[in-house]
Amino acid sequence: MARVLLFGRLADQAGWRDRVVEAGDLSALREILSAELGDALTAPGVQVAVDKAIVRGEAVLTAATEVAFLPPMSGG
Amino acid sequence: MIVTLTDQPFEPGALVTAFCAGREETGAVATFVGLARAEKGQAAALELEAYPGFTDAAIGEIAAQAIERFKLQDVHIVHRTGRIAPGEAIVFVATAAGHRREAFEACDFLMDYLKSRAPFWKKEHGPDGARWIEPTDRDRTDAQRWD
Repeated sequence: MARVLLFGRLADQAGWRDRVVEAGDLSALREILSAELGDALTAPGVQVAVDKAIVRGEAVLTAATEVAFLPPMSGG
Repeated sequence: MIVTLTDQPFEPGALVTAFCAGREETGAVATFVGLARAEKGQAAALELEAYPGFTDAAIGEIAAQAIERFKLQDVHIVHRTGRIAPGEAIVFVATAAGHRREAFEACDFLMDYLKSRAPFWKKEHGPDGARWIEPTDRDRTDAQRWD
């Protein structure tokens, strides 16, 4: 289980930006979210942050974990 | 060093005054203020989304790089989030150094890095709807000047 945050165009596409999702690890979470986001989560430039740190591989998720999907950043 | 994200309009003059106060060993303060452009009616508003705790930490790292690289005494960065109307300030950067060259260059460096590397998601609202904006090639090559 994890708190999932979506930003930018991903939030627009999903129609939500903050939700609790039942998933034990990152790949299970991606699988669940792909039902509504298709392959947008694996599009070029999309990064994943687990507890506010960028993660490139797998990660175990607990109820306290915050996972953010970050589309290409715009800059300030 | 202070890094602030705010969804409220801010007054740059007051920030400059506060930043300059009580600095007996600072020979130079350089400041930059970025404003939202109307783009001749094409941009009714900008919407900037940040990830609190992540975006400010990333800006803090950029500021720490500037402090080390240019031997700064201090940095203050204020960045707007949320909906920003044309003419409103988006970003304020102030650098304090012993001498002007370091203060000017650090300000330039900070803006180039913020424009291309700060984690914000920017949406422009115009007459034909809204669109997400990504850094331009110019933004990227500006930042590469410092590599």
